[in-house]
Amino acid sequence: MADTEKLVTFTVNDRKLAAPAGTLLIEACKTANVEVPSFCYYPNLSLQAACRMCLVEIEKMPKLQTACTVLVAEGMVVQTESEPVRKARKSALEFILTNHPLDCPVCDAGGECELQDMTFRYGAAESRFVEIKQHRDEQQWSPVVYFDRPRCILCYRCVRVCGEGMDVWALGVGNRGVSSVIIPNKQDHLECEECGMCIDICPVGALTSGAYRYKTRPWEMKHVANVCTFCGDGCKTTLGIRNDEIVRGDNRDKSGINGDFLCIKGRYGFDFTQHKDRLRQPLVRVDGVLKPVSWAFALQTVARRFQETQAAGRPIGVLGSTRTVNEENYQLQKFARRVLQTNHIDHHRTADFPALYDALAGKHSPVPLAASEDLKTAKAVFLIGSDPTNEHPLLAWNLRWGYRLNKTRLYLLNSQPIKLRRQAFRAAIVPAGSEGQAIRFLNGGGAVKATLSQTAGPDDKRWPQTPASRPEATQETLGDFRERLQKESDVIIVFGAELRGDDIHELVKFGSSLPGTTRYIALADNANSHGAADMGLYPDLLPGYTPVADVAARQRFESLWGGAIPSAPGMDAGDILGTAGKGELGALYVVGSNPFRHHPVDPAALRTTFVVVQDLFLTETAKQADVVLPALSAYEKQGTLTNTCGEVQLQKGGALFEGAKTDLEILHTLAGLLGHKWAAPDADEIFTEIRGNVKGYNVSLVQVLAGSSALSMSVNGPVPHQHALTQIQPNRDSLFTAGSLGRYSTALNAILEKRLRAEKV
Amino acid sequence: MSIFSPQLNTRFDELLKRYPVPRSAMVPMLLYAQDELGYLTPEAIREIAARLDESELAVHEVIGYYSMLRTKPAGRFHVQVCTNISCLLRGGEEIFEHCKQRLGVNNHGVTPDGLFSLEEVECIGACSWAPAVQVNYDFHENLTVAKLDQVLDKYRTGGVQ
Amino acid sequence: MSFPVAKAHPLEVRVVSKRFDIPDANTLPVYLAHDGFKALEKAFRLAPEAIIEEVKVSSLRGRGGAGFPTGMKWSFVPKQSAKPKYVLCNADESEPGTCKDRLIMQYDPFAMIEGMLIAGRAIDAHQGYIFIRGEYRYLVDVVERAIAEAYAAGYLGKNIRGSGFDFELSAHTGAGAYECGEESALMESLEGKRGIPRLKPPFPATSGLYGGPTVINNVETLATIPHIILGGGAWFLGLGLPKNGGTKLTCLSGHVNNPGVYELPLGFPLKRLIEEIGGGILGGKKLKAVVPGGSSTPIFNAAEAETLTLDFDAVAKAGSFLGSGGVVVLHEETCMVKFATRIMQFYKHESCGWCVPCREGTNWLLLTLGRVHRGGGRAKDIDLIREVSENILGRTFCALGDAAAMPTLSIIKKFREEFEAHLDGRPCPYAPTLVPRAPAAGPFVTV
Repeated sequence: MADTEKLVTFTVNDRKLAAPAGTLLIEACKTANVEVPSFCYYPNLSLQAACRMCLVEIEKMPKLQTACTVLVAEGMVVQTESEPVRKARKSALEFILTNHPLDCPVCDAGGECELQDMTFRYGAAESRFVEIKQHRDEQQWSPVVYFDRPRCILCYRCVRVCGEGMDVWALGVGNRGVSSVIIPNKQDHLECEECGMCIDICPVGALTSGAYRYKTRPWEMKHVANVCTFCGDGCKTTLGIRNDEIVRGDNRDKSGINGDFLCIKGRYGFDFTQHKDRLRQPLVRVDGVLKPVSWAFALQTVARRFQETQAAGRPIGVLGSTRTVNEENYQLQKFARRVLQTNHIDHHRTADFPALYDALAGKHSPVPLAASEDLKTAKAVFLIGSDPTNEHPLLAWNLRWGYRLNKTRLYLLNSQPIKLRRQAFRAAIVPAGSEGQAIRFLNGGGAVKATLSQTAGPDDKRWPQTPASRPEATQETLGDFRERLQKESDVIIVFGAELRGDDIHELVKFGSSLPGTTRYIALADNANSHGAADMGLYPDLLPGYTPVADVAARQRFESLWGGAIPSAPGMDAGDILGTAGKGELGALYVVGSNPFRHHPVDPAALRTTFVVVQDLFLTETAKQADVVLPALSAYEKQGTLTNTCGEVQLQKGGALFEGAKTDLEILHTLAGLLGHKWAAPDADEIFTEIRGNVKGYNVSLVQVLAGSSALSMSVNGPVPHQHALTQIQPNRDSLFTAGSLGRYSTALNAILEKRLRAEKV
Repeated sequence: MSIFSPQLNTRFDELLKRYPVPRSAMVPMLLYAQDELGYLTPEAIREIAARLDESELAVHEVIGYYSMLRTKPAGRFHVQVCTNISCLLRGGEEIFEHCKQRLGVNNHGVTPDGLFSLEEVECIGACSWAPAVQVNYDFHENLTVAKLDQVLDKYRTGGVQ
Repeated sequence: MSFPVAKAHPLEVRVVSKRFDIPDANTLPVYLAHDGFKALEKAFRLAPEAIIEEVKVSSLRGRGGAGFPTGMKWSFVPKQSAKPKYVLCNADESEPGTCKDRLIMQYDPFAMIEGMLIAGRAIDAHQGYIFIRGEYRYLVDVVERAIAEAYAAGYLGKNIRGSGFDFELSAHTGAGAYECGEESALMESLEGKRGIPRLKPPFPATSGLYGGPTVINNVETLATIPHIILGGGAWFLGLGLPKNGGTKLTCLSGHVNNPGVYELPLGFPLKRLIEEIGGGILGGKKLKAVVPGGSSTPIFNAAEAETLTLDFDAVAKAGSFLGSGGVVVLHEETCMVKFATRIMQFYKHESCGWCVPCREGTNWLLLTLGRVHRGGGRAKDIDLIREVSENILGRTFCALGDAAAMPTLSIIKKFREEFEAHLDGRPCPYAPTLVPRAPAAGPFVTV
């Protein structure tokens, strides 16, 4: 937005300031720590000049001016605290309060209300408005959105974030004058993505959360920013924790890579932590029935049975999690390789990271991975497959941001006309399964028939209008698409699980042929899918994508871990489950994963397999286990998580749950019971080990500890990975589902039910 | 299947040709649809939204803004009494009060037979011929209570269509 | 559906209204028979700059209310533009006290059309729209009929009368919103949106309708253009005063014996308008106050009215505005509290609601004024009304807030004793027929 080349100098309250030409006065003041209050101004949303709180005095201008719309100019002389300005502010507040109920003591926003704060700072103590205020009953607009009309101060933030930010356009303004009112798109209710951004952005308590309203007061909670445990994007959700229990999720401190953004799962999905079916006690199968037992008994049982299985020489398979922290995954594979002496370890793969890193080896540009935020400023993005709106809501938000504010040209190649086509500069719809062929075409291969549509690109600076119809799509080859794309430089390539193996090599070949620095984002589905891959939850790859067959690498880890590890690659998840299905697996250790949901194994075949499941709930897999160990969730533990882009972030936890243990603690105890002297389970120390030994993870500790993200870079040379591409099985989650975990969120279920009901009607 | 008459649809087609942006036709389409249907029914709103490739929300936003557009039925003859300053000075309020009495309804009321509805309106541009009343789109100016009665009677007895 | 247009009063100087009493001047043959489209033919022979220059010389100032010099407005339009340019006619005449544009569209619509064509020729625009307020629905038919006639005779469309100049024109109906008279709100409305004014800059001359450079003028302004082109800017200027060129339609209403729309040279004395043209105050009563230019202009008391002349500069110097030419006369029995309340009822109803001071302030003022008028006022309410008005003034997004505050402030200042007479439960001492009542309810609530 701002022209960063040229600085202009101006004066605010007799202080000389400088800011890039094109900077809004209100932003320039903020940078200089001069507070100019406002309600309707919100950075990066369209300008309103409606609340009149930011009126300032500018020399040579007869009237007070809104600082939110005036650009700084050379020699401009501004007063933000003069008598006329203070009077105008006070009166703007007085006007707003004329129809605002003073029900602050019971208002959800009480204590974190911008109107309260502003009235405290700038307002009048007494109210001169003696007329009767209009009362209107509160309305429920969705399972999670409530609207209290009299409290609304009509700043239009909700309307803009829903339309401009989310491209949902579910909120509007009805009536006019003093009867003006925010209205939902279905007259008395909302039909939307239920992201709750409107609630977060509301400066007062007009829009409140169905999951939180009237539950508690903000000052009764501690607020801990945690990485969301659902999709792979790695948003921070600020958890409001009271008495060790999470009562609210929102984006209060905006400290994460997600900036203003948070989707429904990050905001409301936390309630799985208090689901009634949450496991509070270890279970052991006795006479065919799972019975509660003590932790000591359960762990001793597991250790004994593992030892027996090892002694019998029967294979043990280990399936790790894509939601547990890096430290747990790292220790899990260490446990498998070192303690159980097996490479039969895998995880639920949703992206082919080894293929990407293999393809990037040697020919990558200086920074081959893109961080999520880079999408906001990219000149061009090439998106292949996936439906980010549903599967990667933050990345979709960032892509829309780029389109809206930085004219990012989005090239979209997909088998479906996904919603992001509305921001696409060129969209090509190809038959499902031919995405890889399309990439080959870009490299000069055979033609692919595609349905193409194009848009003029984002040229409306004011704000994008509601979706208008796009020009008719035409059937042709991808020639024009290729031609356009080849002219782009510094492209970020984002791809879903549609591309794997050789397709990814083709993609990198194409990316490398583009001018400038091409960067990549592989889309994986769960909170720590990327981390699980990086930490070596593969039968053939050690942490950092080092082949287990690589003698030097193996020896390095053997010396680090104090002993030998098996040298032959193990079975992948498919083979492990296949072996189990044949009754030939000795033991199966499943940590935070639910493989039987989609790959049921005959219980009869499992009779000779000792199955241990470590999880939050009695999942399909846990139901067939011999021992079930209740685990703590991501919101109840510390560690690091790596998002789909490779950004490493600190998990702070903060909530507690009686009866369950962290996966890390369970692993360490089991290692001890199996005769390995592991240090006390300390996530910090393990992270230090990871930083020192997992290639690409030597990230800045300060950065991570400070709560920001650090981009990992696991490009470590060729990754000779013999992989069954069928092992990559994306969740295909919607905004309201999240693998096996989403099912335990009451809020997500309520919305799903509402939508199903609406579909029936 | 359109809920509008063929004539109105032809008019819509013609309107849409006038503007580079379909949405520009929204306000005229709504007003003409209301002229035909008496008020903007949910079906009319849905059809106009679809025709313009806009959301129904966008149409509702517009309807709510313009004082002549309504989503509830009015009488067959919508009596709009101006009481703004020029009419006020010439007896506009007396005319309005008289209408209330004669029609037996309050502001925004509709007579039980559905024939008349009453609304106090802002300046209708008849200041030099005040007081004035608009019945549907017809102006009646330089009114007195007696003249107003004649006007209402004419509508009642079908003298004015 | 007929209203009387008086034959020209001897004191009138009829220019823009010169065809008002010619039967059927709103048909093309009659229009052509009375100098119709001669100005356009002349304009085709002039360079665009020369047209603008002629308008500048005439000193024509916008007749919609703001009084901005028309020639200058046209000259702000860039010559080159990637986006199409537009000429808009603001026929959203809604300022209380104003009823002149209605007459032009009824009796002389071709003059307006011709003016738009000349404007189009001057700024190199080829598309025009006439935005007519919804309440003037019957005039949409009149104007559309005129447009159709003009198309049929080749005065609109491609290659107009062999000139090589193309111009397309449509009428467009509003649907009830005073705010749409504000030029950027009008454009929003014409784009099918709520009539919320736009942030300025950019101004319409560079980015108006659909983002294209746009000239927007009032009906009377545009209908005056052909006369200026035909008669020459100097001639028109000479009809009025320097910087206040020509004549203007004045809408006389309220407590006078002969209300009506009269075309007067700028600088005409108000007193003579009331006495000689208006036939004096109704019922031989004494003058109390005069609104000089529509409800949004500060009011004058009888003493001030005595010497006032009706031109932009003189009225401004006296502390008000010539506005749209709506002169409203109030006699001695008018309750000024009631009058102020009714004005505020209008602005509360018409506030678009976008910005805080206007939305909340007009409502607050209406509630307070109504309460005072009904006898529920406290002594401090008078200053409260004044202070609330001052807090609106100059702080709103558009001029509607000022339009609500200015008359209120002037009434309080000049007729404070009338407010005092209403305090502490005392009944309204004026105009017993004007029943004190609660303010009207809001519009049909759709939500």
